[in-house]
Amino acid sequence: MSHRVRVNPIACEAHGMCAELLPERITLDEWGYPVIDDRPVEGWELDHARRAARACPTFALLVERERAGRQR
Amino acid sequence: MSAAESTVAYGRAREAQRPHDAPALPRLLAGVQADGPMTLAGHLSVHGPLPPVRGGRGRRAREHAEELIDEIERAGLLGRGGAAFPAATKMRAVAARRGRSIVVANGSEGEPASAKDRTLLELAPHLVLDGAVAAAEAVGAGEAVVCLCDSDGVGARSVARALAERHEHASAGHGPELKVRAVPQHYVAGQESALANFLSGGPSKPTFTPPRPFEQGVKRRPTLVANVETLAHLALIARHGAPWFRQLGTPTQPGSTLATLSGPVAEPGVYEIELGASLSSLVGAAGGIASGVRGALIGGYSGTWIGREWLTGVALSSEHLAAHGATLGAGVVALLSEHACPVAEVARLARWMAGQSVRQCGPCIHGLDALAVAVAELAAGRGEKHAVRRIEYLASLTARRGACGHPDGVVNMVLSGLETFEPDFAEHARHGHCERCSRAPELPLPDRPVDRPVRDRSAS
Repeated sequence: MSHRVRVNPIACEAHGMCAELLPERITLDEWGYPVIDDRPVEGWELDHARRAARACPTFALLVERERAGRQR
Repeated sequence: MSAAESTVAYGRAREAQRPHDAPALPRLLAGVQADGPMTLAGHLSVHGPLPPVRGGRGRRAREHAEELIDEIERAGLLGRGGAAFPAATKMRAVAARRGRSIVVANGSEGEPASAKDRTLLELAPHLVLDGAVAAAEAVGAGEAVVCLCDSDGVGARSVARALAERHEHASAGHGPELKVRAVPQHYVAGQESALANFLSGGPSKPTFTPPRPFEQGVKRRPTLVANVETLAHLALIARHGAPWFRQLGTPTQPGSTLATLSGPVAEPGVYEIELGASLSSLVGAAGGIASGVRGALIGGYSGTWIGREWLTGVALSSEHLAAHGATLGAGVVALLSEHACPVAEVARLARWMAGQSVRQCGPCIHGLDALAVAVAELAAGRGEKHAVRRIEYLASLTARRGACGHPDGVVNMVLSGLETFEPDFAEHARHGHCERCSRAPELPLPDRPVDRPVRDRSAS
């Protein structure tokens, strides 16, 4: 099963913790908001991603199980 | 195809009262008068009564409802709010959910260059209400809310009068409870999660999805949000069937559609056209070009610029427009005259659209503002050496990073403008503002609204 990292842009307040804790996947734009490499995360990266999600002060970082299909 | 065959101004609709099964225009605007709404009696005499959707009870009722959704699917009806999403897919998603579902007829029309939804609500309110009723019965909703822009007093009065008429003639008002709500006037107000959020008592701003409205919409109920024009087509498909609907349009985009034409034509306004009709035929129906044209913004202010060299060959359906990277969107065709400065117009729209951010998402707040600043500086010749590259970089940084598609749309409009009017942007980068920059703006904004087509053209 694969997982992806996603940010809730409404909740995100650009604290930048995620880029500290998951630099291999997250960089910050010029205003401090995360730019996410959203390829699937696995193994030890998944642990790091979960740690980063837990550390987000506004709970804006999400580690989601990949959904089979997108539907409106 | 001649202009007369492919395009009909609603003022001419009176001439075109044909049998229901003829492949003729107008459809939505059949029988409407330019000077006021169609009464219930007029509506029934033109279109006939809406066939009941939920015949029988229990399982039988569900089967009947599914038959209508199947028919909508066979008709290939695509949403007319801008995204062209298959109507039947949305309906099926709502019908499959448990709980008390609700239908939202979206006539909020935050697009400044579009007037088709308010025109439809004003002149043919019963067709929209029929569509809301049929959709509600098809998905098993006991309630339908018609949403209009709070600046649209004429539409609100028209819909209120239509509801009162239905109340008097109970026979026409079978089915779900119908309500009306005015929504705040801003660009993103009609985005489906923003509308559901507002109708739930929240602000008129998009929410983070999923859950999407079909899962949890108005007050967490399964919610079908459908554009008012989509519902009006649905009301006609319920009457005449899918093969009738497909007599017009293209295989992938069947039927007719409403288009709002603005710019240097003799008679700007709302027209009902066959999907796939040529832009030339639409312009012809509007009395032709009054002066030279520089280009066109197609779809809306999130849409795509097309230069004048392509305009004569353009056909108005998304499959044809795809070659130009455009879609028909909400049916907006905004022509720019040769007197206008395209750079100034793009810069002005970029600034206005940045101001329409509801300021929830960082990349939208900061990215769109920086983008508008960069375009304005380039227009003034104050840009850095690599100003175009800076704009492209900001565009890549802004797109697909909001909770809704607003930033993506602005980016699309700006980048297509940069490409279409490349020589003009290069000229401005070198020499700053041109003489045309100081002319009055052409593309409509809420302080200078799009021309409303309330004129009777049947005599012309």
